[in-house]
Amino acid sequence: MMKEKTKTGDREYEKALKRSNEEKYILRLYVTGITPRSTKAIVNVKKICEEYLKGRYELEVIDIYQQPKLAKGEQIIAAPTLIKKLPLPLRRLIGDMSDTEKFLVGIDLRPRKS
Amino acid sequence: MAKLQQAIVLKKCPTGIRGFDEISSGGLPKGRPTLICGSAGCGKTVLAMEFLLRGAIQYKEPGVFVSFEETPKDLTQNFASLGYDLNDLIARKLIAMDHVYIERSEIEETGEYDLEGLFIRLAYAIDSIKAKRIVLDTIESLFSGLTNVGILRAELRRLFHWLKDRGITAVITGESGEKSLTRYSLEEYVADCVILLDFRIREQISTRRLRIIKYRGSSHGADEYPFLIEKTGISILPLTSLLLDHTVSNEHISSGIPRLDNMLAGNGFYRGSTILISGTAGTGKTSFATKFVEAACKRGERCLYLAFEESTNQIIRNMKSIGTDLAPWVKKGRLKFHASRPSLYGLEMHLVTIHKLIVEFKPKIVIVDPVSNLTAVGTPVEVKSVLTRLFDYLKASHVTTLLTDLIHFGSSLERTNEEISSLIDAWILLRDIEINGERNRGLYILKSRGMAHSNQIREVLLSDRGIELVDVYLGPGGVLTGSARATQEAKEKEEARDYQYEVDRRTHEAERKRKVLEAKIEGLRSEFDMESEELHIISADEKKRHKVGIANRSEMARLRKADRSTDSRKKGRKRT
Repeated sequence: MMKEKTKTGDREYEKALKRSNEEKYILRLYVTGITPRSTKAIVNVKKICEEYLKGRYELEVIDIYQQPKLAKGEQIIAAPTLIKKLPLPLRRLIGDMSDTEKFLVGIDLRPRKS
Repeated sequence: MAKLQQAIVLKKCPTGIRGFDEISSGGLPKGRPTLICGSAGCGKTVLAMEFLLRGAIQYKEPGVFVSFEETPKDLTQNFASLGYDLNDLIARKLIAMDHVYIERSEIEETGEYDLEGLFIRLAYAIDSIKAKRIVLDTIESLFSGLTNVGILRAELRRLFHWLKDRGITAVITGESGEKSLTRYSLEEYVADCVILLDFRIREQISTRRLRIIKYRGSSHGADEYPFLIEKTGISILPLTSLLLDHTVSNEHISSGIPRLDNMLAGNGFYRGSTILISGTAGTGKTSFATKFVEAACKRGERCLYLAFEESTNQIIRNMKSIGTDLAPWVKKGRLKFHASRPSLYGLEMHLVTIHKLIVEFKPKIVIVDPVSNLTAVGTPVEVKSVLTRLFDYLKASHVTTLLTDLIHFGSSLERTNEEISSLIDAWILLRDIEINGERNRGLYILKSRGMAHSNQIREVLLSDRGIELVDVYLGPGGVLTGSARATQEAKEKEEARDYQYEVDRRTHEAERKRKVLEAKIEGLRSEFDMESEELHIISADEKKRHKVGIANRSEMARLRKADRSTDSRKKGRKRT
């Protein structure tokens, strides 16, 4: 059972990987000022992106304290939140991004465990 | 001391929702969060929405509506259903709205986080219109969107503290849970005020109820209050008998029947009292009620007639037969009929409707015809509790209430179905009196608090001249009414006439006798006069004769020279 799932999952992942290899990632990281959690998130996101999406990602860090209107527009609830605008589907990652594995799943670089 | 107390007393934030401010003695706790919980479809969102709308419009306190479930489009429609244009209110900066959208499948939790994003949004919305009120409907959605319950709980606690610090009066809605009030035990965080809404269906009749479970630092009504959701929002029946301290009136008002007023210490009922007219079918209860209404309309008072048995037109038509024309009063707006079937909806819904009518129409007189029909939609205990609240409310507003009550054949006359007798100030009983194959109507006053009322039974005559009360005949055979009474009256009249004749006759007789006697006396007197006159004449003659006799005798004696003594003796004997 597990094996089969992993197999199909692997295949999908490979497809996604192929696609994502070609596609450009547009990421927005919403943070709240310079709290430890915010800085931790910024560091983590940058590190992972450099490692896995080098050269094909665009990351914008936004402080919602400065732009509270955006929080409403982008449906931000938790902080920090990373939104994967492109490629679709839209994904929201919340937390300080210290869990790399979950991060990769979140931006569809790893297959979802069901 | 008083000053200190005032400073300590919790400040209230009026909701403007009909009835709610009464039961919560002033509204929700100002600057604190309140939890409204209840099952799906019980009216949480409507209550929260109305709180916000009325705050913005009536109390100039702008409010923020944060929706976690419904989209802005749905919300606009919801507000429109209450008769408000949400977009207009937003444009006028009275209401701000934020739809918090959480889709679990989109979210991946990658470590520690907080809900600062939500806080920023709330702060932004609050600041944009200087809001004093906020509604979070329903914040529980966070639990279904986010998995880290530990973080959520900590953040919620922080959120409520944050709202308190900002002095925002918040309403949080939450779905009922199985074991706790809400599914995610929100009541643990919102400790200031908890309101439970309930939606019950019993015997196919649904009733919405509201109960204040907890209100820290304030007195509140502890009962379950029925409420209605209508076109204009929520309407709660605030009827509560917390205290029996309403002021009373010494004013009397006429019952519309002079003779009945007479029986009630000559003045009629007290204003603001609760009057019950009970009787079996066809004893004229409605007729009495309409006479009372007519009298009130003539005085220029407004009357509300709640008919649960007959339609408006039927009552108007029927009452013409006893000379009461109500139609002009309806036209003039002094009389308002509200006719409905008791089974139309639940008892409490009826009472909410009645309450609403009273608030809107402001009547001086309320007629419930008949109150017994309301029992059809509730258990006796329920009926009593609800009626108590209604009557108390009416009394407190100085509304005179007249109830008619149908007593079923076979049941005790003096026991009403609702056992409401303790609530009644004046109780008039109409009963059938069956004698000699006739049924007639009798009336008596069972009680009338605070006045020396008549204890007599009167017979009720209904005719096109109206209602007449006549004395019944009380004889050795008991109470006589109807034709028996009429017969008895005729008989009495005849007897009286006979007696009068007899008296007259005897008077005449005596007079005649007196006259006869007088005549006799006169006769005797004249006889006596005659006799005495005769006597007089005789004695005069005698004197004369005596004189002559003596002269004669002396002459004879002289002539005869006879013996004087013998002669004189002979003569004397002869004469006598």
